[in-house]
Amino acid sequence: MALEDICCFKDKPTQQLFPFPALETDYHNLELERLKTSQTNWGDPQHIFIPPFPQATPFISRRTSRFRPPNHALTVQRPFPLSHGTTTLGFIFQGGVIAAADTRASAGGLVACPAVHKITPIHSHLVVTSSGSGADCMLWERILIREIRLYELRHKRRLSIRASAKLLSFMLHPFKGTDVCVALTLCGWEKEGPQVIYVCSDGARLQGDIISVGSGSPYAYGVLDGGLSWGLSKEEAISLAREAVFRATHRDAYSGNNVDLFHIDAQGWIQRPREDLKEEYYRELERRSKRRREKKKRDTIESS
Amino acid sequence: MLSAQGFGGPGKMKEYHYAGAVENRFSPYAFNGGTVLAVAGEDFAIVASDTRLSEGYSIHSRDSPKCYKLTDTTVIGCSGFHGDCLTLTKIIDARLKMYKHSNNKTMTSGAIAAMLSTILYSRRFFPYYVYNIIGGLDEEGKGAVYSFDPVGSYQRDTYKAGGSASAMLQPLLDNQIGFKNMEGVQHLPLTQEKAVQLVKDVFISAAERDVYTGDALRVCVITKDGINEQTIPLRKD
Repeated sequence: MALEDICCFKDKPTQQLFPFPALETDYHNLELERLKTSQTNWGDPQHIFIPPFPQATPFISRRTSRFRPPNHALTVQRPFPLSHGTTTLGFIFQGGVIAAADTRASAGGLVACPAVHKITPIHSHLVVTSSGSGADCMLWERILIREIRLYELRHKRRLSIRASAKLLSFMLHPFKGTDVCVALTLCGWEKEGPQVIYVCSDGARLQGDIISVGSGSPYAYGVLDGGLSWGLSKEEAISLAREAVFRATHRDAYSGNNVDLFHIDAQGWIQRPREDLKEEYYRELERRSKRRREKKKRDTIESS
Repeated sequence: MLSAQGFGGPGKMKEYHYAGAVENRFSPYAFNGGTVLAVAGEDFAIVASDTRLSEGYSIHSRDSPKCYKLTDTTVIGCSGFHGDCLTLTKIIDARLKMYKHSNNKTMTSGAIAAMLSTILYSRRFFPYYVYNIIGGLDEEGKGAVYSFDPVGSYQRDTYKAGGSASAMLQPLLDNQIGFKNMEGVQHLPLTQEKAVQLVKDVFISAAERDVYTGDALRVCVITKDGINEQTIPLRKD
C-alpha cells in the first residue's frame, strides 16, 4: 500500500483529506471490494459504520439510561459504559519535555484495567498522552502513527509537531458532535525546541507550556503551578511530574494505580520504569509520622 | 392516595393517567449473561466459560458454551448479547480464511487481536455488545491473553475475567494469580494443573453468587500439542 504509493504504481491525483467515507456500510467488515480491486486504494482500511436513523421524533422517550450519549440521533443507546477518567500531564522545561500519566481505565464504577498504557510513542521524538474514551484513543493513535509514517515515506521528511497536531485535528473533525471522545496531548522535541500541543475531538487545538487533561487534571495543575519553572533540572522535573500525578490519583477516584513517565529531549524519548503509587503512598505516611514524632520531641524539649 | 374520586371508572386512576404520546423505544440489544475467563501461563493458555444462556428470568439453554476455537493455537471467549457473539465469530472466521488464502499462513494470536480491535471499532456508533477475551500462544510459544472492551480497546494481560460475573472474579484472580495486596508471599509461577484447578474453583464461586452463571463449565487448555476441552458440571439453579 505505502510501497505502491512511493513507487507511483497507480496515479491517484489527489490525496484524500478526510480518509473516512462516513456513510460506507460495510456490514460484514469483510472489505471484499477493496481486495478485489487492489488499484483503488482508499488510503485507509477503516470503514466506520453509521447506523441509519430517522430524524428526532416528537415523542417523549421514557427510558433514561445513564449511558445515553449526547448526540443520540447518531448512536444507538448503549447498555454498557465505556472506559473514561484519567490524569495526564505534559510540560516543557530547559531539559526537554516531560509527559506523565496514571494507568487506570475505569468503566462506570469498575476498574476495567489497572495497567493501561496511556502514553504512546509516535516516533523517536514525539509521544502522545491519551485521555477520554479508551477505545477511541487507541484507534486514533494508531491512525495518527500511520499517517505520520506515510507522510515521512512519501515526502522524505518528518512532519513537525504543529503539523501533526493540525493533521489529527482535521481527521477528527468529521466526528465532531458524535460520541467520539478523544483528548490527546502531543509532547515532542523538534529543532525549534520542545513543544506540548493539546488536540481534542471537540475541535480544540492548543499549544502551551503546561497541559494537563482528565478528571484528575485540576489537582495536577495545582501541584505543577506551584513547583514548575523553566530552569528545573531533569531529576527535579521528573519528581515534580510524579508528585503531580500522585496527588491527583490520591484525590480523584478515576485515576490511580501506577505512574508512567516519559522524558523527551534532543536525543529522543526515554521511558522511566513504571512506578506503583501504593509504595509512594506508604513512604508518604512514613515521612508524615516521622515529622510528627520529631515535632513532638522538639516541643517537649522546648517546654522543659 | 387511593381515594374514590381518583378513580375514573373500574381500574383507571384518573389524575395519574398520562394521556400523551409515548415512545416505547425498541432496544436492539439483549443481555444473555455468561462469564468468560482466560489465564496465560508460561507455555499454556486456558480459556473457560460457563454454558448457560439466559434472558431476563428465563434460561434459553444449559449447553451454550461461549468459547469458540479460531485456530490451533487461539480460542476466543465472547459473552454479552448472543446474537452479536454469533455474528462476530462468523466474521472473524471469514477474515481468518481470507488471511490464510491470501498470505498462505495462519494468523497469530496477536494479529487476531489487532484485527478484532479494528472490526469492533468499525462499529463504534452501533457497537457489538460483546465482551471478548482471546487466549492463545504467541509466536514464541508463551501463553497470551488479550482482553477487549465492546468498542475495540484491547490490551495483553496475564489473566482476565469478562461477562456478568467479571466484577466478582477479577479481584479473586488479582489476588491468587497476580499476588496483589498480599505481603510476605512467595511469587511462584503458575503450573498448568494449578491453573486449571483455580479456574474450576473460581467458576464454582461465581455460580454461587451470580444468577447468570451456572449449569456447566467448559475449559479449553491450549498448549503446543493442541487444544484440550473438558466440561465440568456446575450448579443448575
